[in-house]
Amino acid sequence: MKAAIVGSGNIGTDLLHKLRRSPVLEPRWMVGIDPASEGLRRAASLGLEVSAGGTEWLLRQDELPDVVFEATSAAVHRANAPRYAEAGIRAIDLTPAAVGPYVVPPVNLGEHADAPNINLITCGGQATIPIVHAVSRVVPVSYAEVVASVASVSAGPGTRANIDEFTRTTSRGIEAIGGARRGKAIIVLNPADPPVVMRDTIFCAIPPDADPDPVTDSIARMEAEVRSYVPGFRLLGEPQFDPGRVAIFVEVAGAGDFLPAYAGNLDIMTAAATRVGEGIADAAAADRHVTA
Amino acid sequence: MQLRLTDTSLRDGSHHKRHQFTVDDVRSVVAALDDAGVPVIEVAHGDGLGGSSFTYGFSLTPEQELIKAAAETARRARIAVLMLPGVGVKDDILVSRDNGASIVRIAAHCTEADVSVQHFELARAHGLETVGFLMMAHSQPPEALAKQARIMADAGCQCVYVVDSAGALVLEQVSDRVAALVAELGDDAQVGFHGHENLGLSVANSVAAARAGAAQIDGSARGFGAGAGNTPLEAFVGVCDKLGFSTGVDFFKIVDAAEDVVRPVMPEECLLDRMALVMGYAGVYSSFLKHAYAQAERYGVSGARILVRAGERKLVGGQEDQLIDIALELSREEAR
Repeated sequence: MKAAIVGSGNIGTDLLHKLRRSPVLEPRWMVGIDPASEGLRRAASLGLEVSAGGTEWLLRQDELPDVVFEATSAAVHRANAPRYAEAGIRAIDLTPAAVGPYVVPPVNLGEHADAPNINLITCGGQATIPIVHAVSRVVPVSYAEVVASVASVSAGPGTRANIDEFTRTTSRGIEAIGGARRGKAIIVLNPADPPVVMRDTIFCAIPPDADPDPVTDSIARMEAEVRSYVPGFRLLGEPQFDPGRVAIFVEVAGAGDFLPAYAGNLDIMTAAATRVGEGIADAAAADRHVTA
Repeated sequence: MQLRLTDTSLRDGSHHKRHQFTVDDVRSVVAALDDAGVPVIEVAHGDGLGGSSFTYGFSLTPEQELIKAAAETARRARIAVLMLPGVGVKDDILVSRDNGASIVRIAAHCTEADVSVQHFELARAHGLETVGFLMMAHSQPPEALAKQARIMADAGCQCVYVVDSAGALVLEQVSDRVAALVAELGDDAQVGFHGHENLGLSVANSVAAARAGAAQIDGSARGFGAGAGNTPLEAFVGVCDKLGFSTGVDFFKIVDAAEDVVRPVMPEECLLDRMALVMGYAGVYSSFLKHAYAQAERYGVSGARILVRAGERKLVGGQEDQLIDIALELSREEAR
């Protein structure tokens, strides 16, 4: 499946490394808006067609991508989304624009593999919602709360200027995809040097008489599923049960493709985007097979 | 010298009381402080608006009910609220304003001021007075703090505080930081100081801050706050009287309020004990104290060692969840 990356910053570049490893996705184009972009230069050296002419240039080409990965900003994606749709291009949105349905690959990718536009929520959402879901699929979760701690240097100006957007979007994802009746998200930026690896704590309110074993087992299975596309994702110790709640501690180290390993918060977004792209490609292939 | 004092018993004290304030507690404390002439009284969950959670502790009474009760009770005093971007959201600020708060204090770790820009802009657009908190100010040198203060002032913050969250600053370290902010901000914004008693220096540090140009000073009657408590407001008022600093607070009335009204609301005195001293010495966020006690008991490990490791890991305000992980790590190490 032919893919384009829109946005030539650090996220776009890291994503490019992951797409190049994919057996089913073929990154062909990268576009940005800065002619001096290092990202465009690197992509060109890897054989991609690149342009600083942005989406306009991309949509003018004779051959169009099957799927675009949007690594720009929410405002840019909101403007671009209808144009991709018009051109029949599927969009995987790494911004908080939330034009399409929220997707967390191991939870609900199957439901949306044919959606024209897919949103990846937030880094904190990708790291914690699978765990909330793992708990809520075996016991009722009346409330789930997550704390994402990330290295200051890995939080870009967009995240900083819209920190409320992170907390609100992640909270909604915990409810809609995680399956908690009520969700709350907290983000903490830590400036320690050397930079700290992303950590997430997930608290779920569960019935006081819930059997811990199926919960622990479900969380372990989910850890393995997430690790299949985010190798640096791991539980720190066993889930901790207290009356009426379970607490789960997670570390997310990046693969170090382009971004440094501490930036697991960014890695999990590019890894999830790649996984979603592969899911779309697989679904399309299956579709063709059925039609044939 | 004219100083504006803010009492934070009903916000920083929330940590010490594990967020169990009742409406009656708030009404009695606000009435007494107001009568003594305290011009600003802060009310919120200890971790700011929206802080009620597994991570920081659930509030017994929804904080907005407490804010409303405080605003209804105060005759002269103005009610302030605290919010930490990343924990609370903009809507929390607007609800507080509807409930009678007129000052919003936005707190960020002292290297992360830019997360507060949108909240200052919102607060000013809605006619709220603004204060900025640069937390854990001991961890950065004066020039770095001054740059962060500039970000807040440019966003609409009217007074930037040097916040000694860990109670780790010592005298000149306070005056150097306050002076750097005063030099940077000039007439653009005032400078404030928020102290903790973890090294026994909160009153002296507050005097140093005032002499370096701070115009606003925080304290809590009876020291009611996190860690070893905040600057005991009644002591600071007495010291200001001796030094000829004008606060507008009546010394004898605030002494009575602290002893007769605030002390009975406190679960116990705030003590300069081993745990609190370790916090000041190791530079650990004061509100970790009660959480460290809780996890030490839950996992049978040393509370002081939890705090020391929190310092080693360079945890910042808001990372209370990591204290559980540290306690688990210590229990695993001890099992070996």
